[in-house]
Amino acid sequence: MLNNDSDKLLTINDVSTAFKINGKYYDAVSNVDLEVHPDEILAIVGESGCGKSTLATTVMGLHDPSETQISGEIDFEGQDLAKLDEAGYDKIRGKKIGMIFQDPLSALNPLKRVEDQIQEVLIYHTDMNSTQRHDRVIELLNQVGIDNPERTAHQFPHQLSGGMRQRIVIAIAIACKPDLIIADEPTTALDVTIQAQILDVLRDIQKENHAGIILITHDLGVVAETADRVAVMYAGQIVELGTAAQIFNEPKHPYTRSLLRSMPQRDTYNDELYVIKGMVPSLQKMPTTGDRFAPRIPWVPADAHEENPTMHEVEDGHFVRCTCYKVFKFPDEEGILS
Amino acid sequence: MSLIEVKNLKVHYPIRGGFFNRVVDNVKAVDGVSFSIEEGETIGLVGESGSGKSTTGKAIIGLEEITSGSILYKGKDVTKRTHRKQLKYDEAVQMIFQDSMSSLNPRKRIEDIIAEPLRNFEHLSKDEEKLRVLQLLDIVGLDPDALYKYPHQFSGGQRQRIGVARAVATDPSLIIADEPVSALDLSVQAQVLNFMKKIQREFNISYLFISHDLGVVRHMCDKIAIMHRGRLVEVGTRDDIYDNPQHIYTKRLLAAIPETNVNNREQNRERRLKIEQEYQNEQSQYYDADGLAFPLVQISDTHFVALPKESLNKQGEVNG
Repeated sequence: MLNNDSDKLLTINDVSTAFKINGKYYDAVSNVDLEVHPDEILAIVGESGCGKSTLATTVMGLHDPSETQISGEIDFEGQDLAKLDEAGYDKIRGKKIGMIFQDPLSALNPLKRVEDQIQEVLIYHTDMNSTQRHDRVIELLNQVGIDNPERTAHQFPHQLSGGMRQRIVIAIAIACKPDLIIADEPTTALDVTIQAQILDVLRDIQKENHAGIILITHDLGVVAETADRVAVMYAGQIVELGTAAQIFNEPKHPYTRSLLRSMPQRDTYNDELYVIKGMVPSLQKMPTTGDRFAPRIPWVPADAHEENPTMHEVEDGHFVRCTCYKVFKFPDEEGILS
Repeated sequence: MSLIEVKNLKVHYPIRGGFFNRVVDNVKAVDGVSFSIEEGETIGLVGESGSGKSTTGKAIIGLEEITSGSILYKGKDVTKRTHRKQLKYDEAVQMIFQDSMSSLNPRKRIEDIIAEPLRNFEHLSKDEEKLRVLQLLDIVGLDPDALYKYPHQFSGGQRQRIGVARAVATDPSLIIADEPVSALDLSVQAQVLNFMKKIQREFNISYLFISHDLGVVRHMCDKIAIMHRGRLVEVGTRDDIYDNPQHIYTKRLLAAIPETNVNNREQNRERRLKIEQEYQNEQSQYYDADGLAFPLVQISDTHFVALPKESLNKQGEVNG
């Protein structure tokens, strides 16, 4: 589902986030361009340290300005978030942008009842009176699929199971009907059956509220089942961007292809799994020029890479970084023994 | 004779309360589990959190006190101390843990970590020991200079491989791997799984592979046991479980795994919702009045399902 340019919800333009380590700044996210449309689920996938969560927290303005440097533009409904101060963000966070975190137990206040925690957002951002707020809380709990909302509203987080807690976190995130929801690994801490239910809740909410959702995850299965569009990140950069069908049916970038290949599949019992050579470079050792993935596919000739890799449109809406995808083959496809 | 035979294993935790702090009830973490592990095979123990899968693993290696039941190793009950010593059970069964950061002592060098089981059980000279540790590092693909480093100097995948090296140090016949790759990234996970398979081939080790990830289990295991609420609900070969699941819980678990096939997304979702509905409706038929699974019944040479007696005839017709 690709929307036209006019209804962009969030436009991330050339955004870099650098962290200070021993007095010097190092890019955790570098020069990311990304758009989110209303009514779509955009998944950002990548392994730990690729910058996917940093990108999300940058959009949310959750970084300490004395330790981080943020450059670029984050255009959200005509406002540049990158230029906002704390007071400005307070008007947007929780109201226009909702966030769902990985660990529901640490995202919830253990000393407050569920109802009070949900009401907190409503008190801050709306002028509802207490009856209206209570009704809204019950409505929200119903919406996230809680069977007995009146009872749950009175409970404390520790009395609820992991799946229920994550539903509460979602209820808080959507309390003010935000236009954008950022979900950072919302199901990683949950069992598969609960994960499936939570993903259903997210999808239903997106349909009801017509919100845009940024879903950050490392689980390719979750992405394949939920996302409309997918951005694959490696070492702080987006290396491939396209619809879910494009990414999973015709992956182009060597990193995307390697990731898909290292997944255990139905019929891999007798095979060795593909292992990506080498390691993700640490922040301080991140190369500033050249293809950042090149050291991990050493058999690809150096001249196949661009000096400063840019995104290339290979198909409508399908972008790949660097030209090396054109010649890339796995060692066994080329007949080279790894 | 099976390498390990677990018979009617029960691990109950007492809940104390009331006057004089008496035992008022029990948490039945594992409640009557029986299965066997053959030499050189990998058996997957699958279940959701709280199903008792880790407790079963810990009970087998002896980290958890057994309430009742027996564990036979080469035909002898190793819950008895004398048998344990006689069979060198503590050397023969080793464990790999989920979190490599907390299962490796941060203040010890890798040499000492890997040599610890050797020092406990085998009396080697300094040179022999070093040689053996170097061999072990080589098996899991780590450089010799790892010897003098500390755990924090390694990445998660490397640390997990150090855990594997330590587990194979005493040349065990069974390794209990409790979620060995769930904390790892996809590409690193592939590497650790490859090493585990390679070691199995070389040393003819059996694995009890405890995991909640059915994709990884399908890749690793010959036989799979599905656990729910402290009991086994279905045991069978990989094909039995994935192609012909019989218990409603197994079906539900399988349906919940996200597929990487984008094209069938809607069908997958519909199927999952249908099975979820079925699970809600028919749940009572598959569990007794206390919500526990029935005893396992054999439905083919390799396939066991926890079904109530009455439904067996019906099942027979379906399969026949």
